[in-house]
Amino acid sequence: MTTREETNRAIARHERNAAARRGVRRVAVFLVFLVVLSILYTGYKAFGSAVDDAQTDLPVVGRILPRTDDLTMPPLLDIAVEFGQPPQRNSSKPLGAFIGEAALFTLREAAFGFLLGAVLGLGLAIFMLRKKWFERGLSPYLVASQTVPLVAIAPIIVIWGSKSLGWLPFTWEPWMSVSIIATYLTFFPVAMNGIKGLQSADAAAMELMRSYAATRRQTLLKLQLPASMPYLFAAFKLAATVAIVGAIVGEISGGVRGGLGRLILDYASRYTTGPPRLYASVVGAAVLGILAVGVVTLLEYVAVTRRQAARGAR
Amino acid sequence: MTGSDTGSKVAVSIESVSKVFNRGKPNEVRALDDINLDISEGSFVSLIGPSGCGKSTLLRLMAALTHPTGGSVTVNGKSADKARLDRDYGMAFQTSGLFEWRTVTQNIELPLQLMGWEKADRKARADEMLELVKLAEFATHYPRELSGGMQQRVAIARALAFRPSLLLMDEPFGALDEMTREHMQTEVLDIWARTGKTVVFVTHSIPEAVFLSQRVIVMSPRPGRITADIEVPLGVRGFETRESNRFFEKVTEVREALRFDKGGR
Repeated sequence: MTTREETNRAIARHERNAAARRGVRRVAVFLVFLVVLSILYTGYKAFGSAVDDAQTDLPVVGRILPRTDDLTMPPLLDIAVEFGQPPQRNSSKPLGAFIGEAALFTLREAAFGFLLGAVLGLGLAIFMLRKKWFERGLSPYLVASQTVPLVAIAPIIVIWGSKSLGWLPFTWEPWMSVSIIATYLTFFPVAMNGIKGLQSADAAAMELMRSYAATRRQTLLKLQLPASMPYLFAAFKLAATVAIVGAIVGEISGGVRGGLGRLILDYASRYTTGPPRLYASVVGAAVLGILAVGVVTLLEYVAVTRRQAARGAR
Repeated sequence: MTGSDTGSKVAVSIESVSKVFNRGKPNEVRALDDINLDISEGSFVSLIGPSGCGKSTLLRLMAALTHPTGGSVTVNGKSADKARLDRDYGMAFQTSGLFEWRTVTQNIELPLQLMGWEKADRKARADEMLELVKLAEFATHYPRELSGGMQQRVAIARALAFRPSLLLMDEPFGALDEMTREHMQTEVLDIWARTGKTVVFVTHSIPEAVFLSQRVIVMSPRPGRITADIEVPLGVRGFETRESNRFFEKVTEVREALRFDKGGR
C-alpha cells in the first residue's frame, strides 16, 4: 500500500514538473516569436529604406506593401522609448502610465461586460436546452443581433444608459454603458457554445441519470454543465477578446472618455505629430487581450484540465 | 411459457408486451411482439439474440427508459415507472458511462449524492463498493486512467452502491477483449453470489450467457419474440466449468435455438 502511495506521490510530483516545463516552454516560444517578428519588421524597414536610398523605385514597396518611412513604420525602438516619454509637452506622466490607466479602465468595462455576458449567455443556453421552441424562435434574433454594426448600437446604448436609468439605486456611469456593449458581444458565443456543450452529455449518461430518477436540476448540475465545460471555455476565450474589442469600439463610438478606445482615437487623429504613440497604445490593447485570454486559460486549467489530465499510470 | 422458477417471488413480470417504433409511419418497426416473461427474485437471467431482436429494448422497458406499446411491465410488484422512481434497479451499459470529471470514488458516490445520502455514509459505502469490485487502491483516480475492464467494474460498483434489488446490464462487457471479458464474468458472478441481487443481463455471446446465467432467454428478430427459455443448471461456476461437457452441451443447445429460429422464419 505504501509503495502505491509513494508511486502516486512521485507521479504527482512529475506532473507538477511537467506542467511547469510546459509553462516555461510556452513563454519561451512567445519570446522567440516576439524576437522573430521584431526582426521581420526591422528588416523589412531596412530593406525599404535601402530601396528608397538607391532611388530604384521598386514597384512593390510603397505601392503594394506598406511604405517604410518613419511616419508609416516608426522604428521599434522609438515605440519602446515612447512608453517612457510624456505624450505631450505639458503631460505630468509618461505615456506608459497613461496607457496603463486607460487599459485598466477598459479592462473594468470589459470584465463586467464579460461576466454579464457569460451569465446571460449561459442562462439563454439553459433555457434553450429546456424549451426547443425557444431555441428555434430565438436563434434568428441572436444571429441578427450580432450582424447589426456595433457603431450603430453603441451610441444608442450610451444615450439610453445616461438618459433613462435614473431610477437605479446607483449612478449610471458612462463606462457601464460600455460594459453593456461588451455584454452584447460576449453573450452570443457563450450561448451558442453553451447549448452545444449542454447537449454534448453522453446518451448513456443521460439514461443513467434517468435511471437514478434524478431531477432536471440535478441532471443539469451534475451532468450537463460539467460536460459542457470544454465548450464553455472555448467560448469564454473568444468572449474575453471580444469583450475587449467591444469595450474599445464602444468607447470610441459612444464617445466615452478614460479608456484605451478614446486614447487610440486621440492618437490616431494626431498621428502625424507622433506615430509611435498610436503604436504604443495598440500594443497596450494587445497586451490587455493576451492578459484576458491568459486569465481564462488559467481558470480552465484549474477547473478542467488539471482534474482530467491523464496521470499516465495504468 | 412464462418462467417456471421454483416458488420464489417474482422480481420482473412482463405480460403480453409489444413495442412498435414509428407507429403508422413507413419506417414502422415491430421491435417486440407478445413478450411474456417472469424473472424470479435473486436469479441471474440472460437475454440473447441477434442484433435487432429487441433484447436491449426489453431491458429498457424493465428500466422504464422506454414504454411498451401494449401489455404491462411490473417490477417488484409495481409499474416499471414507479420502480424507477423508487430506485429499485441499477444499470450498467456497454459504455461505462463514467463521468470523466469525477474520480472513481466520486463516480460511485454520484447516485448516493443524488439520493441525499450524508457525506460520511457516502464515503463509507463507496469504500465498501470499491472493496467489492477490488479497486480500493484506485479510489482517487480518474476514469481515463483505468483500463476498460476496470471502468466497467466501477460502473457496476456505481450501479450497486445505492442497494437496488435489481441489476440491469446491457452488454456491459461487449467492448472488452476476450481475456478481460472472462475475468469480468467471474467477477460479476462473485458479486451476484455475495449480494443476492436479481440480474438481467443482455448479451450476444453464447458462452457468456451460458456461463453466467441460471436461465437463458433466446430471442429472434422482426418482430422480436422469445423463441426459447433454457434452464442452465450448472451449479456454482468455476474455472473448469468452461471446459466441462455439460457447459458445451448448453452452449450447443442455445446455439441450436438461435439457429432454429433463423431458418424457421
